[in-house]
Amino acid sequence: MQTDTTTGAAITFDAVGKAFPKKGGGSVMALEDISLSVEPGTITGIIGRSGAGKSTLLRMVNGLEKPTSGAVTVAGRDVGAAGAADLREIRREVGMIFQHFNLLSSRTVRENVALPLEISGTPAREIAPRVDDLVERVGLQDFRNRYPAELSGGQKQRVGIARALATQPKVLLSDEATSALDPETTQTVLELLGDINRDLGLTILLITHEMAVVRDIASHVAVIEDGHIVEDGSTYDVFTAPQHPTTQSFLSSVTGVTLPHFIARQLRDTRPEGNAREVMRITFAGENATDPLIAEMSRDLGLQVNILAGAVEEIGPRPFGNLLISVDADGAEQARAFLERNQQRTEVLGYVG
Amino acid sequence: MSANLVNMLMEATWQTLYMVAVSTLLGAIGGLPIGVFLACSQKGELLSSPTVNKVLGVVVNATRSVPFIILVVAIIPFTRIVAGTSIGTTAAIVPLTIAAVPFIARLVENSIREVDSGLIEAARSMGATPMQIIRKVLIPEALPGITLGLTLAVVSLLGYSAMVGAVGGEGLGDLGIRYGYQRFMPEVMGLVVLILIVLVQLVQTIGEWIARRVDKRAPSNRGA
Ligand SMILES: Nc1ncnc2c1ncn2[C@@H]1O[C@H](COP(=O)(O)OP(=O)(O)OP(=O)(O)O)[C@@H](O)[C@H]1O
Ligand SMILES: [Mg+2]
Repeated sequence: MQTDTTTGAAITFDAVGKAFPKKGGGSVMALEDISLSVEPGTITGIIGRSGAGKSTLLRMVNGLEKPTSGAVTVAGRDVGAAGAADLREIRREVGMIFQHFNLLSSRTVRENVALPLEISGTPAREIAPRVDDLVERVGLQDFRNRYPAELSGGQKQRVGIARALATQPKVLLSDEATSALDPETTQTVLELLGDINRDLGLTILLITHEMAVVRDIASHVAVIEDGHIVEDGSTYDVFTAPQHPTTQSFLSSVTGVTLPHFIARQLRDTRPEGNAREVMRITFAGENATDPLIAEMSRDLGLQVNILAGAVEEIGPRPFGNLLISVDADGAEQARAFLERNQQRTEVLGYVG
Repeated sequence: MSANLVNMLMEATWQTLYMVAVSTLLGAIGGLPIGVFLACSQKGELLSSPTVNKVLGVVVNATRSVPFIILVVAIIPFTRIVAGTSIGTTAAIVPLTIAAVPFIARLVENSIREVDSGLIEAARSMGATPMQIIRKVLIPEALPGITLGLTLAVVSLLGYSAMVGAVGGEGLGDLGIRYGYQRFMPEVMGLVVLILIVLVQLVQTIGEWIARRVDKRAPSNRGA
């Protein structure tokens, strides 16, 4: 694979901006000062709210949109500067799948998968075996002569994936590819993408508005808001130590650890007079994530720990947990010190009387 | 019914079919590319050329707004150049074709505009050229609509063909006027109308059948 000679990255965004002309004059900045580098063979998730600029960002990778400032490179080639012929060549090395599949209703599964090969001028006798391979890879051999109207959403997306792989691209772009699917089907499609990433060493850049998708498949994540990347890094780091409020709010929906209502109602920002308990969030990560730390802390510090909510999750092979507890406010500082000594993160949420 | 009358009706039916078939064919040959161009050439589209698009749109509209009977008469000099004569059944094909081209062009344009823009996006992401997108995506996906449009065009041309008697074109309409109206033979008029009704039904049925065959969008419409 030809990679960027300076960074070795599969895809780079270098101070990329994109302005769209506005109706009646002026322009809208859809993206501003985006710098991101996607390493070969990784799965990178881009997450953000509707209108944040995710699709615009993705579409610049295969030149469906051109940056108005900065540069986007794929395998070292400048996409924005590419002429029509170069751009077509780049596009053959970058597959793309879509939320609404975008399959041709007039073509069968096999014919849909064959389309990019016909477009690239592959000889007919090479197309047939390649298409059969791809259809089998996505598990649709029994449906190969069906029309899209006769397939379920998950099956349609498999056709979309097979089609995107037809020209043996190095990069796969996915724009909300699972957003139209139910949770179970989403899982099977994500597994397929994971397999492809592993087996073919394909670099995948995927857009989503669901943290669960990032958690399940992405090794890296970038959070985008209002056209800016507000946070990016390895999925594990971002999940265990989110810095930006947007990231934190996306995470609360997936970790699902929130205070029970009756406590949330009583919660105060400052410690009340007299007897009080401090409520804190502990994020377990790294080596000690599965150690029985709470029991140890309770015993060593002689503290009564009240567990309010919690969950343990996996990101890739690594567990991480979220626990909401309350302890006597007088011992709280000691408790936090103990946890931080053991490489756990704590966050004070408030006090209850 | 006299053998003579049967012969006349058969001959007239044949002439009508001949005029309509040839003008539909020529109309489609002209209308299809124009329709595709109209559908793809607005600003920012595949073949973006807004000025040509606007000019062509005006020409198409102008042609379509001329009443057919006036068109027939107005283009007599042109017909004479093209067909070598300005009267007769073959000459009548010229105005019929000129009416068919813009009609079919608009029908094709509409069918192509209905194709999901996501498909164009997908084809572009595969590195397709504009011509490849038109040939491999837009036309096949618009085919059910184009088929129904052509059916409509044939039915309309059947109607128009009845007016070409004005320039010596023959066919069912001409027969009906000459015998049924001018010579007071109402049974001829009745038979002409009956044959036209049957023809329209046939064209409509066949057109819809073909459109269903090529339409794979809903499972119940499966051709197989
Ligand atoms: N072709 C365009 N012309 C003008 N404005 C555009 C265009 N495409 C996108 N925008 C604007 O750019 C911003 C980002 O749009 P984009 O489609 O990238 O968002 P998104 O994050 O993909 O949202 P969603 O989750 O809803 O798909 C929006 O404000 C949008 O209105
Ligand atoms: Mg989007």
